[in-house]
Amino acid sequence: MRDREHSSGRGSGLSRRAFLQGSGAAVAATAVATQATEAVAEAKKPSRLKSSKAQKVVLTVNGKEHTLMLEPRVTLLDALRNDLNLTGAKDVGVSSNDGADTVIIDGKAVAAGTRLAFAEQGKNITTVEGLSEGKNVDEVITAFVKHDATQCGYCTPGFVVAVRAFLNKNPGANLEQIRKGLGGNICRCGTYAGVTAAALELCQKGGA
Amino acid sequence: MKSFEFADPRTETEALELMGDNPEQTAIFAGGTDLIALMQADVIRPDRVVDIRNIESMQQVYEADGGVMVGALVTLDDVLENPLLADYASLVQAADAVHAIQIQSSGTIAGDLCHLPNCWYYRSGYGLLAQENGKSLPELGDGRYHAVFGNSGPAKYVTATRFAPAMIAWGAQVRIIGPGPEDEEVLPLEHFYKTPRTERQGTTVLKPGQLVSHVWLPRIAGAVSGNYDVLQTAGLDWPLASAAATLELSGGRVSDACIVLGFVAPTPWVSQEAASALLGQPVTEETAQLAGEAAVSRATPLKDNGYKVQLAKTAVKRAILRSAGLLEGGL
Repeated sequence: MRDREHSSGRGSGLSRRAFLQGSGAAVAATAVATQATEAVAEAKKPSRLKSSKAQKVVLTVNGKEHTLMLEPRVTLLDALRNDLNLTGAKDVGVSSNDGADTVIIDGKAVAAGTRLAFAEQGKNITTVEGLSEGKNVDEVITAFVKHDATQCGYCTPGFVVAVRAFLNKNPGANLEQIRKGLGGNICRCGTYAGVTAAALELCQKGGA
Repeated sequence: MKSFEFADPRTETEALELMGDNPEQTAIFAGGTDLIALMQADVIRPDRVVDIRNIESMQQVYEADGGVMVGALVTLDDVLENPLLADYASLVQAADAVHAIQIQSSGTIAGDLCHLPNCWYYRSGYGLLAQENGKSLPELGDGRYHAVFGNSGPAKYVTATRFAPAMIAWGAQVRIIGPGPEDEEVLPLEHFYKTPRTERQGTTVLKPGQLVSHVWLPRIAGAVSGNYDVLQTAGLDWPLASAAATLELSGGRVSDACIVLGFVAPTPWVSQEAASALLGQPVTEETAQLAGEAAVSRATPLKDNGYKVQLAKTAVKRAILRSAGLLEGGL
């Protein structure tokens, strides 16, 4: 087996000193900051470590604060579905790469199954339930209805949230960019044509 | 998922202290895109999870002594958007090939560099070496996604990093901190990876209690780069093979080259053969093709994965053409 007898073609011309200078400066800066905040850090330290037992967690979901008792191992997806009864985000399975659990956290599309509820305190979490209030529904939902972008419906909430997050960031995207951006949302029925048509129409209107 | 303690340090020192109590049983949470799945599958069963996302010193991208320092927590979105990284075309292309806004928003550079193998035997609990009764499962069973280089030892999986080939081709160096609060080492990213011969050896040089804090990329005046991922589907997918090239050109000919393959071996695979084939040549369809052929001349496919040799060859060819702005279609 080839181990490390060859070295890369690069590196010979590159100065290791340059890195050390750079990282040295960074370390020095860190050291100063560390000294300055040492007393504060010491005082706060116990709070950095949480036991594995259920404890108070405050989540901000769709603009409302919720106080829950959760173990650190509870994913954000499970907290939403099991503790807050927000079942729009779907649990498809272990790999979490299906997009059905997409929520928006501080403006970004995130798979809720890849986050721990504990670690998402203090952030603004939007679920699909947050995209409608009575008859006032998000234009993405209207566009999904218009373009018949749903069949069994299981992937649909995650798709709607992903499209909302995508449009916020790419209001003028073309079809190729839409397909690429939404590649993490899987639909076993094959509603992609409807979904991309819905997203494209909104992009052509300037993002809705 | 087994229960665990949770910690969220604010500084590198705090992180090392929190990891230091029981380093063997501590997992690091950054983007979360893979760790949660590994814990749910009981492949990783930590007693403590340390969430490093709030460590400010590891979130930044900044100029540093003739290059750019990239913090461990820099996300794929940052790679796509940060002007300091815009000249590293191969990195931007690698981030762009991850077809999911959910992964681009959460996934981190160090998480990618340390990503554990996607080998289905590993993910099913058979370990990195994927052996049963001393026999290699990828060899006996289904090894269609496994290694075509560096596979003569017990490890048959392929490395799962999407950024290391591009970064190694740029001559990146990696900064590792821990296990002690003052411990720090800097090494070429190429030397960060290793092929384990025993289950305990792991996929990188990282020891329990250590973590990657930064990656440094040199600026090379006039160098061009490209990355090519061979993807099976248009959606979110792991490359079947990938290649990255960084080339320096003078007088229309290649004066220096580094070509690194991904997803073909247990480590990113630096191809001296491809670089040598390209030196002194102009970049054309023909020279890129010859470099691709040179890159795979010593491939050793398993019974199920001969097709990956062709993919690797094409990835090298297209990465080279893409570096020079000559790639047409086929993306």
